[in-house]
Amino acid sequence: MRNGQPAIEVRNLTRRFGEFTAVDDLSFEVREGEVFGFLGANGAGKSTTIRMLCGLLKPTSGTAMVGGVDVGREPEAVKRRIGYMSQRFSLYEPLTVDQNIRFFAGIYGLEGDRLDARRRFVLEMAGLEGREHMVTRDLPGGWRQRLALGCAVLHEPPIVFLDEPTGGVDPLSRRQFWDLIETLSRRGVTVLVTTHYLDEAEHCQRIVIIHAGRLAALGTPRQLKETFAGRPIVEVRAPQPVAVMEALERLPEVEKTSIFGTSVHAVLRGPDVDPARLEGMLRDAGLTVQAIGAIAPSLEDVFLDVVERAGSQP
Amino acid sequence: MRGVAAVAHKEFRQIVRDRRTLLTVLFVPAFILLLYGYALNFDIRDIRLAVNDQDGSRASREVVSSFVNSGFFRLVGYIHSSAEMDRLIDRGEVRAVLVVPAGFERDIANRTPVRLQIVIDGDNANTATTAMGYATAITAEASAALQAAVGIERRSPPAVLEPRVWYNPELRSTLFLVPGLIAFIAMITAVVSTALSVVREKERGTMEQIRMSPLSPSSFVLGKTLPYLALSFLSALLVILAAMVLFDLPMRGSWLLLGAVVAIFLVGALAQGLLISTLAQTQQVAFQAALLSSFLPTFILSGFVFPIPSMPWAIQLVTYIVPARYFLVALRAIVLKGAGLEAFAGDLLAMAVFSVAMLSLASVRLARAWA
Repeated sequence: MRNGQPAIEVRNLTRRFGEFTAVDDLSFEVREGEVFGFLGANGAGKSTTIRMLCGLLKPTSGTAMVGGVDVGREPEAVKRRIGYMSQRFSLYEPLTVDQNIRFFAGIYGLEGDRLDARRRFVLEMAGLEGREHMVTRDLPGGWRQRLALGCAVLHEPPIVFLDEPTGGVDPLSRRQFWDLIETLSRRGVTVLVTTHYLDEAEHCQRIVIIHAGRLAALGTPRQLKETFAGRPIVEVRAPQPVAVMEALERLPEVEKTSIFGTSVHAVLRGPDVDPARLEGMLRDAGLTVQAIGAIAPSLEDVFLDVVERAGSQP
Repeated sequence: MRGVAAVAHKEFRQIVRDRRTLLTVLFVPAFILLLYGYALNFDIRDIRLAVNDQDGSRASREVVSSFVNSGFFRLVGYIHSSAEMDRLIDRGEVRAVLVVPAGFERDIANRTPVRLQIVIDGDNANTATTAMGYATAITAEASAALQAAVGIERRSPPAVLEPRVWYNPELRSTLFLVPGLIAFIAMITAVVSTALSVVREKERGTMEQIRMSPLSPSSFVLGKTLPYLALSFLSALLVILAAMVLFDLPMRGSWLLLGAVVAIFLVGALAQGLLISTLAQTQQVAFQAALLSSFLPTFILSGFVFPIPSMPWAIQLVTYIVPARYFLVALRAIVLKGAGLEAFAGDLLAMAVFSVAMLSLASVRLARAWA
């Protein structure tokens, strides 16, 4: 019925708390069925934006349409169209799997055949068939997480908000979780997801990065990486990454550096710098280099670059 | 509403699974009864006294004035029939009635042994015991003075006071402590568990999850409080039944009236718990706030152990906002005296006002926190 219309449409959305502007003139659109990544450092305004989109917080100015409903005007109508799941997998831990499902079904008014069908769907989706009577507290994190997602989509909302849904879960479960998100997306469910794990953001069709409440970058992961075109990234693996980073930063051809564990990423100012020349200079400075080479930028490189540039603007 | 049922059902299952809370609710009151013994001494003044002077003589007036001048009794008025005596004591308007028999003065002059009667309301065993002690001492002194005045030597037997303690003739503390204990249990289960159960949802993040759903704040509150209302109502009735079986607590009044009084009191206590839950962010803070605001006032300021008339006036003012104060009056009137609604209508009204005020405050705060 709303073909072609964006599932979420944010226009000049602003929220102030006294003197502090948490969300500043934010505008973006999320298409129906899209998996949309919402990235930003802690305190960048992600949670405030999500709370406004879910109808919990009134915008100071600007509008947000979620599923065709103006969240500022009809916050209660929004709540029926969305599902929400947070990092805390907000389930009732002393209750069993089945009791949790029935509780959330109850507050969304599901009953009869629809309740049975949705209950079966959630158990299957979360891989919890035969474990209906286990106490939720005793479930491993990955299962609790899938159950929480199941409870969030019990009422078949067309739009789902996932606020850091993969915190504290092992890599295999994270992987399975993203498969679930993609399944939902293929069924036409729009998913807006925030995450701290930038490798996960690769699963998103488009990403927005916000910094200090403002939109700092928006695009597909590939588009965002293209901002590095003409600025190659060299990765240096070394036992003393801090010393290597300091040495690299003194070189005129290096724009900036960042540390990733035991390796250093250096963004170069032009395409014609030879990594071998850098390696020679590092060795001359008495530093051990285990490996050096040009790499494709990761989303983490993009994120740090975007945030740094946004932060340097007035 | 379906939402209310879903929340209530969920809450009930959580209570049943949380054995620790259930056991606390059941055993803490018994523990308190053991802990706070009965051997408490009180300095009681201004015991409200009515006098039935059947003699109307100079000697009888002398006796009455020695009661009044002692400072321990305050004369409320004279009565002329035992029906009046029943009414005044039932309503708690006087705590003691002094009966001077006809022929008192003549008997003293004739050196016949005389008897004075004092009727004391025994619903508060401590007050009654103390009042009886004072009355005995005052009578001994007054009668000695009277005998001296008519030229009787000191070694002759003085007038004998014949005390009658109504409702609780053996002055057993249990009878007077049990209604207070019921108020306690209600406070513990209602205020503390409601406050904790809402704050727990905040701490665990389930509150946020629920706020994202179309469930209204009122459905949430109703669903949360109904199981606790049922639980605390049940435990209050169980304590009364247990006290009847184990301590021979009389249940002289109407069960229906008792149920209504308990329910009105509980609604106020539950609302108080809800109000705390809207202010506190952690379970520890909620627990402490719940204790400070319910447990202690119920124990100290309700007349449970310490009689309100003996408190300094500023503290007496504070007791007016302690709902247990009214609850105890109503409860003791029903259980110990078999009194009807007319004996405590004012207290019932005060409790209802408290409950409505707390409910409104809690709803306003919750709606604000919810949005």
